[in-house]
Amino acid sequence: MLSDVYDSSIEYMQIVDQNGKADESLFPKDLTDQKIIEMYKNMAFARALDAKILSLQRQGRAVTYAPLLGEEATQIGSAMAMREKDIFVPTFRQHGVFLVRKLPLDLFVLYWRGFEEGDEIPKGVYGTPDIVPVATQMPHAAGIAFAQKYKKTGAKVIAYVGDGGTSEGDFYEALNFAGVFQTPLVTIIENNQWAISEPRSRQSAAKTLAQKAVAAGIDAMQVDGNDVIAVYKATQDAIAKEGPMVIECNTYRMGMHTTSDDPTKYRSDSELEVWKARDPILRIKTYLTGKKLWDDEMEKAMQDEHSKIIDDAVEKAESFKPDPKSIFENVYSYMPNTLQEELDAAEKSGFWQGDGK
Amino acid sequence: MMANMVGALNNALELIMKENEDVVLLGEDIGKDGGVFRVTEGLIDKFGEGRVIDTPLAESGIIGTSIGMALSGMHPIAEIQFAGFMYLGFAQLINHASRYRSRTRSSFSVPMIVRTPVSGGVRTLEHHSDSPEAYYSHIGGLIVLEPSTPYDAKGLLIKAARMKDPVVFLEPTKLYRLFKQEVPDGAYEVPIGKANVISKGEDLTVITYGTMVNLVSDVVKKKGLSADIIDLRTINPFDEETFIESAKKTGRVAIVHEASLSFGVGAEVAARIADKAIFELQAPIVRVASPSFPYPFPGYENYYIPNEVKISEALDRLMSA
Repeated sequence: MLSDVYDSSIEYMQIVDQNGKADESLFPKDLTDQKIIEMYKNMAFARALDAKILSLQRQGRAVTYAPLLGEEATQIGSAMAMREKDIFVPTFRQHGVFLVRKLPLDLFVLYWRGFEEGDEIPKGVYGTPDIVPVATQMPHAAGIAFAQKYKKTGAKVIAYVGDGGTSEGDFYEALNFAGVFQTPLVTIIENNQWAISEPRSRQSAAKTLAQKAVAAGIDAMQVDGNDVIAVYKATQDAIAKEGPMVIECNTYRMGMHTTSDDPTKYRSDSELEVWKARDPILRIKTYLTGKKLWDDEMEKAMQDEHSKIIDDAVEKAESFKPDPKSIFENVYSYMPNTLQEELDAAEKSGFWQGDGK
Repeated sequence: MMANMVGALNNALELIMKENEDVVLLGEDIGKDGGVFRVTEGLIDKFGEGRVIDTPLAESGIIGTSIGMALSGMHPIAEIQFAGFMYLGFAQLINHASRYRSRTRSSFSVPMIVRTPVSGGVRTLEHHSDSPEAYYSHIGGLIVLEPSTPYDAKGLLIKAARMKDPVVFLEPTKLYRLFKQEVPDGAYEVPIGKANVISKGEDLTVITYGTMVNLVSDVVKKKGLSADIIDLRTINPFDEETFIESAKKTGRVAIVHEASLSFGVGAEVAARIADKAIFELQAPIVRVASPSFPYPFPGYENYYIPNEVKISEALDRLMSA
């Protein structure tokens, strides 16, 4: 005898298309004009901040940087859907999430200037610092979600992972854990189509990355990751739902992986052109101006405001004086004698000079 | 109570879980089965499956989720079934547990323990007998403990559970049930970073830990030597002061461990003695360890692990130099 034992499908959601035309019947209930303007402003802010750090890196004032250009809707939409107590777990590219979740901007800049003090996430900002090794943050997210359930905080954990990250074992292990223990974990697959030089097709033969959740017994869907309202709605629904959920956001990395690679070497201009037309910021601006909710004057005022905030943060971050002693003092919960001896020797020698450059 | 190491650890876990409700145990087969060595036996009946958690078979997942729990104010105690399986979670320990505190300047801490059986001599399958202490010590940021007695096992585990650090807790499989000793019923701590001087003498110093401690004591006794025998107990950060002072006093030093010779703990101890006490030595430092290749199949383990003959010959060399 042969019979079907399992069947599955993945839904795709788009609310605002690339021409700014919206299916308002799908709008989430709490979506006001004001909120859409806020989404637009946040995306524009993220892009301005991104451009600034990139420019600092080119001037030698920031370290190797991973730009978010093109991925604003996925990050801003999901972050704005979070409630205050919800906890975000980023990769190394969720700059827009940090921004919405109110990480002091000078700390953000400090991190990208290469100082660990930028990871001193203040109380009241519910999230973890950037994680560089791909997908290794996912088991942390599963554990943080487990703790929310254990401690009955009612918080959800929103974890981010890239398309390349879904190929890693830690991705599967984390989803599997979340499925088995039904922990409150929402996983956002920020599918930007490229893992450095490897295209999405090299990561998996599966038609969607979302369907990887099916094997872990977790519900999943795919959304237009350049549609901020769709991402917002999908994340909000996932937060309201019991148990874990996976949302694949189809977006596009319009820039380089990091400042150390040149995408023209491995992908075509024509592909980039297709995605430029799907720009997440452009479409929501078209929508807002069409509704007479946004004009050039507002645009100018916003840009001036963003520049000032960003410049102030950069100035503050650049006035930071590194203290190498602080590393030694934070390795363990106490200072072992052997480490104290290494610290004393370093302080006595002429090895520590200047500002660490 | 009289307890072997398994009983002492089981009792420690029970006391820790009573003391702190943020402690959970997680691992493979640790629930109804009580763990493959029965260290967690009966704890699921006392604390329920919400706190004694059988996990999917995924070592990186077990250690990585433990990190997430620890970041959230819990104090997970993970069991990895065998030392050779723990490398699947190595990246999580090295890349994250070791550095989360320093890279956030203590905004976050990772209070967690990963327990695993180590070392051989019990004729188990391949990958069940590794002695990985040097790997976990080299990175810094992880506290690495390896008790050799039931008393130390209980006291070190309780101490580790009260600290806000990631701890790798290595339990020599061979010592799990080898002997019993009197262990206090209640909670007590054995200090971290403090070696145990198990015998005092004048002629030589033997620095050792884990499976080799009893063997070294037997050899020293049989040979009628007057030795300081130092059981490190904490591998990282270790008690340098105690072994440097002893080396200066006796002028002759042997280091004995089951892990393979090259790049091992013995090299680190020897380098520090060379640095701080070389002019007080009367003989070159002697290291006794397994040969520099991966642990063999059990049929060959008696040709691999240091035994009384190997230790005895090394001590002869040390005393005649």
